[in-house]
Amino acid sequence: MKNKLYDMPIYMDYSATTPVDPRVAEKMIPYITEDFGNPASRSHPYGWTAEKAVEDARKEVALLVNADPREIIWTSGATESNNLAIKGASNFYSKKGKHIITLATEHKAVIDAVRECERIGYEATYMEPEPNGLLDIEKFKSTIRPDTVLVSVMLVNNEIGVIQDIITIGNICRENNIIFHVDAAQATGKVKIDLETLPVDLMSFSAHKTYGPKGVGALYVRRKPRIRIEPQMHGGGHERGMRSGTLATHQIVGMGEAFKIAREEMDEENNRIKNLQAKLLKGLTEIDETYVNGDLDKRVPHNLNISFNYVEGESLIMAIKGIAVSSGSACTSASLEPSYVLRALGRSDELAHSSIRFSIGRFTTESDVEFTIALLKEKIDKLRDLSPLWEMFQDGVDLEKVEWAEH
Amino acid sequence: MIYLDNNATTALHPEVLKEMLPFLTVQQGNPASNHKFGRNAHTAIEEAREKVATSVNAHPSQVIFTSSGTESNNTIINGIAKAYPDSHFGFSSIEHPCISEPIKSLANQGFKVSEIPVDSNGIFNVSNISTEIKQSLSFLSVMMANNETGVIQNIAGIADWARENKIQFHTDAVQALGKIKVDFEALDIDAMTISSHKIYGPQGIAALIVNKKIDLFPYMQGGGQERGLRSGTENIAAIIGFGKACERSSQNRVVFKERIGFLKSTLEKALVDLDAVIFCEKSHRLSNTTFFSFKNIDGSTLLTALDRKGFAIASGSACSSNSTEPSHVLLSMGVDLDLAQGALRVSLGVENTENEINDFMDTLKDEVNRLKQLTAVAA
Repeated sequence: MKNKLYDMPIYMDYSATTPVDPRVAEKMIPYITEDFGNPASRSHPYGWTAEKAVEDARKEVALLVNADPREIIWTSGATESNNLAIKGASNFYSKKGKHIITLATEHKAVIDAVRECERIGYEATYMEPEPNGLLDIEKFKSTIRPDTVLVSVMLVNNEIGVIQDIITIGNICRENNIIFHVDAAQATGKVKIDLETLPVDLMSFSAHKTYGPKGVGALYVRRKPRIRIEPQMHGGGHERGMRSGTLATHQIVGMGEAFKIAREEMDEENNRIKNLQAKLLKGLTEIDETYVNGDLDKRVPHNLNISFNYVEGESLIMAIKGIAVSSGSACTSASLEPSYVLRALGRSDELAHSSIRFSIGRFTTESDVEFTIALLKEKIDKLRDLSPLWEMFQDGVDLEKVEWAEH
Repeated sequence: MIYLDNNATTALHPEVLKEMLPFLTVQQGNPASNHKFGRNAHTAIEEAREKVATSVNAHPSQVIFTSSGTESNNTIINGIAKAYPDSHFGFSSIEHPCISEPIKSLANQGFKVSEIPVDSNGIFNVSNISTEIKQSLSFLSVMMANNETGVIQNIAGIADWARENKIQFHTDAVQALGKIKVDFEALDIDAMTISSHKIYGPQGIAALIVNKKIDLFPYMQGGGQERGLRSGTENIAAIIGFGKACERSSQNRVVFKERIGFLKSTLEKALVDLDAVIFCEKSHRLSNTTFFSFKNIDGSTLLTALDRKGFAIASGSACSSNSTEPSHVLLSMGVDLDLAQGALRVSLGVENTENEINDFMDTLKDEVNRLKQLTAVAA
């Protein structure tokens, strides 16, 4: 999707954020203009209209993931949902124990919320995934302790797009009486989620990763068996006391509509995106010395994360300004640290540094993909022509064994 | 339907909507992304931050965007509790639940907590703080203007007192912004809460203004946005709307002072003629808020009758109007339970006209007289 108005690059960064679907924006606007009421106002129709819109949206969110609307709590985004789930559940069930298990490749919002629990006296295990990005079930089982109170594993990884086996992980949690939280911010509209059958207790959602607006998310809190969380925000008692604060009606309406569209169109859309992914993969792996990060089968079609060997990461990003992509997660791409996710997969610093996340979506076209392939081929050729390392590699020098002289 | 419940939420101003729309419809990046989409989003947010800062005379670096006034208040309370574990928290008895509830929940964690009463006029007085409380008090929160009574506190005086006694001071200025002058720098306080949807901006966005003199422990962890004090992808469209609403707030202040203030006094004269009790009548109040009650008339009956005639008003605060609890603000002022139970609030907005208020007064007279007769017959 080329934005001609501002001569913008082609957007290949759908995992950082998605554009608001025009149908979503259209549905939102009446709720910031004529139907502007506070949904907590019970004394007049302005409040009632807003409240009804909020409840209709709640139904839509619940429908996408096959949950009861009463199990959906509105939040300001997945970061808040993750914080609320992790701190709220570990606090409430702290009598069982104070050990938390999560993955080293989780989103910062999960990792840092768990770190905050550590600060107040919990113990945490950050499991390293296998080189393909997936959690080894046997290793997971052996990490569980009698005092493990909470496990948090994301459904779809934001950087490498791999899908974890949350059914198996969830069943193990059930057997061991452990609360299971799943960050599904990157999963909605990409993989089928059926909370009626999934052994999941808490699940985080975001609107702006699924063509909804920024600033709104939700937390699923299971009712049967009933899961309890300690609220993290107090005052007003909105959302059955679990999350206070005036509800942003138009944003909630936007999330509802976005999730409705996802439910109705995801099968067809994913087929189309799968074909684009195959095309992109084929084109990019025609380039020598490329490494796909993360399992290719257990992966959403929207993501390809590829390391280009013998190219310097920063120069690569500078060279491909015609497309908007991310190196590492958007939330941390302001720093030059190599992605902690790729390092957890055992990638060298060099390969982690020269990795690009291509994430495609609803408005990506075939010609966007063709442009991307051609651009990468051209620029990588150019950069490698200038690279002494590439030359040495071509001459058959084993770079691992080279002893570099100090100057 | 005539909307007279502007302290609950306000209608978005068309100019605000106009600025927001491109950020909802045209492709927008994640402000944390390094490509052009991301950088454009980032620049837009920083421009809005400047507008917000200017409207309250603060530095842009002191503005932390949050998702609501409730979140801002929870952030300051919990952030102080974590950064200063020996804190003793004080708050006025008329604070919004999003100040009193987080503080009360800290009491369960072993923090010392003191609720400080207001007088019968709804005014907070530092002389009501006992010497014993004063000795260990380290944090105080007093709202600038009350959402129910509209009473404006002497924040400058309270802030001076707090500074002299080395007490951290926070004010919830959610209801004050856009109605009276709010000057963070002149007040010289540690923290302040403001919110967008009370000043004709969108819901879902607010700010905590923090003086860097205090350490604040982040309340949510994650991507480290807002100088690490508030993680989570920024709500761009809403931030842009909030910026515009703040920019317009000084214009609104003039409207409130002149036109709306006049409408309110006309309304209050009519209420007094009908034998209504106007709460905090003699106190310095916001020019848009009237909180009143009729002896011997059931408030909820009157509210329903007015609603049927097309007037949207409130009983107590919107956040608690789904409960039948009488206003905690009135009870803490020592108002009779019966009178408090029947309390109704009219809160005017910049759009309200003289005709609307005249219609409202006519209807109110009819309904009050009808209900008085019914009550008399029943008795």
